[in-house]
Amino acid sequence: MSDVCSSSGSVNVMIGVSSPAEGEDDNAAAAALSSEDSSSPDETVAGTELDLALGLSIGWPPLRTYRINSLVNQAKSLPTEDGLSSNIQKDTATKNGVVAAKNDEVGFIKSPMLVKVTMDGVIIGRKIDLNAFDSYEALAKTLEQMFFHTPSSLTTTRCKETRGASELLDVSSEYIITYQDKDGDWMLVGDVPWLMFLGCVKRLRIMRRSGETGGGK
Amino acid sequence: MNYFPDEVIEHIFDFIASHKDRNSISLVSKSWHKIERCSRKRVFIGNCYAINPERLIERFPSLRSLTLKGKPHFADFNLVPHEWGGFVHPWIVALAKARVGLEELRLKRMVVSDESLELLSRSFSSFKSLVLVSCEGFTTDGLASVAANCRHLRELDLQENEIDDHRGQWLNCFPESSTALTSLNFSCLKGETNLAALERLVARSPNLESLKVNRAVPLDALTRLMSCAPQLVDLGVGSYENEPDQESFMKLMAAIKKCTELRSLSGFSEVAPLCLTAFYPICQNLTSLNLSYAAEIQGNHLIRFIQFCKRLQRLWILDSIGDKGLEVVASTCKELQELRVFPSDLHDEEDNDTAVTEIGLVAISAGCPKLHSILYFCKQMTNAALITVAKNCPNFIRFRLCILEPNKPDHTTSQSLDEGFGAIVQACKGLRRLSVSGLLTDKVFLYIGMYAEQLEMLSIAFAGDTDKGMLYVLNGCKKMRKLEIRDSPFGNAALLADVDKYRTMRSLWMSSCEVTLGGCKRLARNAPWLNVEIINENENNDVMERNEEDEREKVDRLYLYRTVVGARKDAPPCVTIL
Repeated sequence: MSDVCSSSGSVNVMIGVSSPAEGEDDNAAAAALSSEDSSSPDETVAGTELDLALGLSIGWPPLRTYRINSLVNQAKSLPTEDGLSSNIQKDTATKNGVVAAKNDEVGFIKSPMLVKVTMDGVIIGRKIDLNAFDSYEALAKTLEQMFFHTPSSLTTTRCKETRGASELLDVSSEYIITYQDKDGDWMLVGDVPWLMFLGCVKRLRIMRRSGETGGGK
Repeated sequence: MNYFPDEVIEHIFDFIASHKDRNSISLVSKSWHKIERCSRKRVFIGNCYAINPERLIERFPSLRSLTLKGKPHFADFNLVPHEWGGFVHPWIVALAKARVGLEELRLKRMVVSDESLELLSRSFSSFKSLVLVSCEGFTTDGLASVAANCRHLRELDLQENEIDDHRGQWLNCFPESSTALTSLNFSCLKGETNLAALERLVARSPNLESLKVNRAVPLDALTRLMSCAPQLVDLGVGSYENEPDQESFMKLMAAIKKCTELRSLSGFSEVAPLCLTAFYPICQNLTSLNLSYAAEIQGNHLIRFIQFCKRLQRLWILDSIGDKGLEVVASTCKELQELRVFPSDLHDEEDNDTAVTEIGLVAISAGCPKLHSILYFCKQMTNAALITVAKNCPNFIRFRLCILEPNKPDHTTSQSLDEGFGAIVQACKGLRRLSVSGLLTDKVFLYIGMYAEQLEMLSIAFAGDTDKGMLYVLNGCKKMRKLEIRDSPFGNAALLADVDKYRTMRSLWMSSCEVTLGGCKRLARNAPWLNVEIINENENNDVMERNEEDEREKVDRLYLYRTVVGARKDAPPCVTIL
């Protein structure tokens, strides 16, 4: 896992998505799917996809899609001096300046790519949108947040020891990330270029290093 | 034996409106059963799959008003696949075929198609009122047929639906002769609105009391609307692109001043804070205020406005109001009955000083003696605060607390919140609805089972340790009707302990728990009067097939409900009915 390829060119345009602990946005899905236009059949799953895009458990916190969307839409429209910001407590004076940026963002929207993530010793699996990330580092960081900074009742006690897992991509890490590809084989994450990885990954599994046999589940 | 002729008894029954009471009456005797059912005008069906339309019509031939609910509550949070079910079409078909004189239809979490709306609009000549809440599957074309064909339409109320907006001219479809509208709510429509058509419609509707527009209605249009409808009682404001210029603002304020009957205000999505101040002239009359979509209005503006709203009974607000703001609410709104505080900032990184905490909740409980319903999203809570709240407010009917981070303990003691919620259920003897959150062990469920005697609906997430937790609830809460559980370690032992309990409940939802396919199959065998639905993840077909074989496989989502009509025939592939 020492050579981690990260794609440099792809743009992660989903504002706020990289931070996995975002609250739920029913309508936050709009960030990923731009539901400002009239809804299409695909858009009706917007809520789920947004939760997943944000790396959250589906449907938590319990807010209706409608409500989350409204918050995200407004978050997008409120700028700060730095440009687009997630802080929605801002003056609307510069709002006009942001409209153009909003449109740009719309152009980059990717449809979510959802895969299941399980971890050894963890009762509850999660789901994640791989299109929310542009590199292995971003993915690893999110997975770390999801699985190693989670309160104890969702994981076994072993996971409380985060020391060995602080850098999932580190050679010295106690855990490794593996993925199942289209052929059903389990591979080590990080061996192929990021975009190629996106093309063949089906699901992810965080394994304890000692348990790695190179075989499948 | 009846001492009065049937007509007299029927007349007496007319005074009894509540569904529960009418259901009780119908059990007294055969004669009363018959009189009651033949005279019954309003029927409420909490689960559209518990009965079918044919049986409904057979029993209640004089039906005028029907309320139907479809998907389970957790569908609101995307835990139920969209194709799950809850189709209203067969109901409309059956009602039309039987020539029921339907006047009112209220639907919640159902799938409605344009075809259904078209059929509805053509089949019931006295149709007056359509209320759709959290529904989906239709477009503005369907609305156009309702507008065009329901000549006696009084109420069209669309709340938080997923509507495909074809940006057509549905508002134009109200005939010029249509003057009976009392309520029009299209706030959830996403597209543009024909403002001219809207203005004409409002102008010719002298009885219009409730108007809620969508985002596409700008400030100057709103001013014109209010000018021709000063009788409005309930207003939903759209959006304002920019801060208004002086003249527009003055015109708006003038129009608002004339609306002396205005009692309820909502909307305000994408609104410049200054626009809220235009409502100062009438804010002391307001009894209901929903600013929970007004993410752009900062806390201090909110506080300044609410300071004058002394008659508020219902307040929905964002947590940007802060604890300080809630303290102002507590000292101003002495008539407050219902409060909902929603999260405004969904990004965890910022240490948001202005969000609400246990302090705000305690302040409200201390200041508002009439408070009976609360929904409160916050980042932290303490047992001490909950115990104080319970002491201050023993009158809670609905208490829903959502601590954003799952399993978060009392932040001052690091203990679970069992004692806090225990105090709530012990003090609030009339509690009917409860949602718990934060770090909770089986103990909280022991308290709930012991004390929550009137509890009808309970929502559990990321809580409990063992099956005992769920068992305490099932054994203790005699009035439980809806139990919904997610991500909690309850399994087959709890599920199967008392199968007959489910006869007394409307439904049970369990997702990401420990129940297995084998357990669910056993339940279905022992309770043929239940529909036991397994909802599978549908992205990996191989996972699904494996599920069917392995009884030890955990069930991702389980939804069971009592029914008198057996397994439904419209379930999609991702749903297995055992």
